[in-house]
Amino acid sequence: MLALLVFLPIVAFIAILFGAPARLTAIAASAINLVLGLVAVATWKNASLWAFSLPVLDKPALHLAFGFTDGMSVIMVLLSVIVTLAAVLSGSAPEGKEKLYFGSSLLISGGALGAFAASDLFFFYAFHELALVPTFIMIGMLGRGDRRDAAWKITIYLGLGSIILLAGLVWLANLTGTYNMVEMVKAAGHIDLASQKAIAALLIVGFGTLVSLFPFHSWAAPAYASAPAPVAMLHAGVLKKFGLYGLLRLAIPLVPEGLQFWLTPLLVLLLGNILWVGYVTISQKRLDLMLGNSSVMHMGYIFLAIAALIAFPENPLARSAAIVLMFAHGISIALLFGLADRIERSTGSLDFADLGGLAKSAPGLAFIFGIAAMASIGLPGLANFSGEILVFLSAFKSYNGTAGLGPVQIACVLSIWGVVISAVYMLRAYRNVFQGPAVKSTASAADITCVDRLPAILLVLALFAVGLYPNLLLNLLK
Amino acid sequence: MPAYYLEALTVTLGIILLMAETFCSCKSKAWVGISAAIGLAVILCLTFIAIGPDAKPDACWAKWPMWNFYNFDSLAKFYKIFALVTTIFVLLLAVDYRKILARFTEVPDSEVGTGEFYALPVFACAGMMWLASAKDLAGAFVALELVTVTFYILVAYMRRNVGSLEAGVKYLILGALSTGFLVYGIAWVYGATGTMSLAQISETIPHLKDTTALHFGVALVMVGLGFKIGAVPMQVWIPDVYQGAPTPATAFLSVGSKAAGFILTIRFFTPFLANEATRGPVLTLLLIIACATLLFGNLAAIPQTNFKRLLAYSSIAHAGFLILALAAWAPETAASLGSIKVVSFYLATYLLMTLGVFFVLAQVRIQRDGESISDFNGLGKTNPLLALALTVLLAALAGVPLTAGFIGKFFVFSLAVEAKLWIGISIGFISAAAGFYYYFSVIRAMWWNVSTDNKAIALPCISKVCIALLTLAVLVLGFWPQPILALLK
Repeated sequence: MLALLVFLPIVAFIAILFGAPARLTAIAASAINLVLGLVAVATWKNASLWAFSLPVLDKPALHLAFGFTDGMSVIMVLLSVIVTLAAVLSGSAPEGKEKLYFGSSLLISGGALGAFAASDLFFFYAFHELALVPTFIMIGMLGRGDRRDAAWKITIYLGLGSIILLAGLVWLANLTGTYNMVEMVKAAGHIDLASQKAIAALLIVGFGTLVSLFPFHSWAAPAYASAPAPVAMLHAGVLKKFGLYGLLRLAIPLVPEGLQFWLTPLLVLLLGNILWVGYVTISQKRLDLMLGNSSVMHMGYIFLAIAALIAFPENPLARSAAIVLMFAHGISIALLFGLADRIERSTGSLDFADLGGLAKSAPGLAFIFGIAAMASIGLPGLANFSGEILVFLSAFKSYNGTAGLGPVQIACVLSIWGVVISAVYMLRAYRNVFQGPAVKSTASAADITCVDRLPAILLVLALFAVGLYPNLLLNLLK
Repeated sequence: MPAYYLEALTVTLGIILLMAETFCSCKSKAWVGISAAIGLAVILCLTFIAIGPDAKPDACWAKWPMWNFYNFDSLAKFYKIFALVTTIFVLLLAVDYRKILARFTEVPDSEVGTGEFYALPVFACAGMMWLASAKDLAGAFVALELVTVTFYILVAYMRRNVGSLEAGVKYLILGALSTGFLVYGIAWVYGATGTMSLAQISETIPHLKDTTALHFGVALVMVGLGFKIGAVPMQVWIPDVYQGAPTPATAFLSVGSKAAGFILTIRFFTPFLANEATRGPVLTLLLIIACATLLFGNLAAIPQTNFKRLLAYSSIAHAGFLILALAAWAPETAASLGSIKVVSFYLATYLLMTLGVFFVLAQVRIQRDGESISDFNGLGKTNPLLALALTVLLAALAGVPLTAGFIGKFFVFSLAVEAKLWIGISIGFISAAAGFYYYFSVIRAMWWNVSTDNKAIALPCISKVCIALLTLAVLVLGFWPQPILALLK
């Protein structure tokens, strides 16, 4: 069944290539996938129902294998299918480019699903790369603004990041003697400290570049700003989480002592994400660049949870916190990028200087954008709040009053300032776009239509569900 | 059927084609290429029923002294198939390339005097097939010269084109120089061991008191072989010759000639790597050459603007990866494929990717009259499927996962990690990153840049089928490499 889930978007892509109606096929495939994803949430423990394995190579033994090793994979697959459906529903392809537009979106989705569902290291890596190539091409071909520079930058950054990552992964596989990710974790104890340190460095830089860890983040904002809406939604919402997923799945169980060694530098870098990029976000003059930077900034919180897990390995809360926040951020940033695209379509601009008073002519849009912005700030009741509060709690998990603050706690205290920063930029953006007197571009702007509301409502529902009842996800992680 | 019939049949085919072409008055010479390809396809089928003396020890042909010079193991069979497949594709490419060829030969814009261009690759193919079976340095040398001499003609074939002539002269001079190195090196090896037979060399090495002379000979032979496979320090000819030669000849050079060089390298080094006394220095030599080749090929490729020249540097770069696999010498075990199979697998994937790219390049050359990267501008708009195929092929050359190219690189890196060649691995990864950059610059041109010429490229039937076939093979082998590995069993 999991193979079906992964290959459905790819088959749909091929069908589109050979003339199937692009938008319809894409929506149908994503809708079926959403249903499959929901079924997976209910029945994932039944391994025989979901697992799939096909031997590909004898020496070294490789299998095209999928399976849910734990609840984390299920949550990431669920995130992928929700965002994919929203992305293909809210996208509107330029004239004559439907095949490329919807086909690439499906390919990105298939790659992300494959990476999250793979239980073989080789295909875990390979599917992620499969998703990157259409991302690059889409940004370069159908992007806005200085698309070529942005696309070239993301190509080089992520290409280099992937190769550094590959070095670390091949080394890991060589030391553990297997490519099966479950077996690898079982063989974790045999890795000596020197190799652990080197592998941990490779994995932090490799996965970190893919997740836009400071200072390897400068590709992200321009790429998201110029990417077509579905690509920005899928990459920022889903594909970027691959790096975090990899750190949680492989780095933490396999090279714990190596990561310990790099804990302090990692804390400095993640504060760079939260504070430095946070201030950069405040100073943005365009909505799309601001959203791109905000997505980089929020990665810092997830890294904080990972750092807490590195510092105190017996800290199940940190793991849950990271995963819940990954899910929440994925949904909220996809919603924001989808709505930003909608704003640009009805007003023709995303420059704060050209916008204002949009709430009068487009109240529906303003309302949904408000919810998304509040989610991104971390308002209680929405999913991001559950994630962020868990992150902060987990950082203080092993704190005892007598010993004073450890490095993770200091970083946590500093990063709470990030909540203020994100409130500042989000609320300012909301005021600039939706409130105040209407200007020329917004006076006659069309409101969000029923069809466009569908994907937004899907994402908002997910935000509320996890926000009000985080146990939906936490139960999967038990 | 005794295996050496295959070479005999191939040479016969070449001679018949030459004669037939002379006496035929057809204006178009396409039929020569087509019939050569069909003939080779028949020989390709016969390869699967060919047998060596072990399979039928009682037959009278099995007792011939011939078998002292010629063996037929699975490796020989693999490289014979390799040579045949390459030549078939090159001939088909040449058939579609006739127009350009005709422009620069005897009578401009007429195909008079272009017939040999389709017969010569058949002879080169026979040489490559013989090389695959080489068991003796003298026989190997003769076979290698048959390949090289044929290439002297093929490279300079467009004699009214200055680039082609220049390429011919450069190839001739450096080729002769490298042959000199090779013969001199073989002489030293013979002097040190007293035999030309590779099997006997292997037996003699443990009894040698002093291996200095032998090492000197090996180094000289490596220089000579480096010319064929495009390894530092004999790589300087590659960019100019690739750029100047007719595109089918370039494709043949970069795939066929390189593979022939590698099978000889494997055969030649096996006895030295199997013996403790010589293994250390030989591996050091290979590692140094691998690192230098990787760095040169990949870094020099970055600033290129001509696509054909870029492919020349890419061919050097891939030679670097292949030598790295040899430098990480490992016999086949239960857990690992071993260097020989890895090199062979890598070459097979390299054949598919490179020939596919050359098919596209030839059509762009013919219809847009240029070979620079900017001539690929806007291909994504005018020919989306062709651009998609080229994207897949280039991504495979760069080593993007789920393509055959990634599996090849993956094997090489696995071997290098097992052998703990940390310097080689670091340089390999830097090179792979550089490769990403320059292959994607072509992809960028196709999809992101706007072309001034909005005419779609009309693909001839043969090219269309070949490109589709090669691209599909690259994708399928990317997640199911078993077919090639089965051939190597």
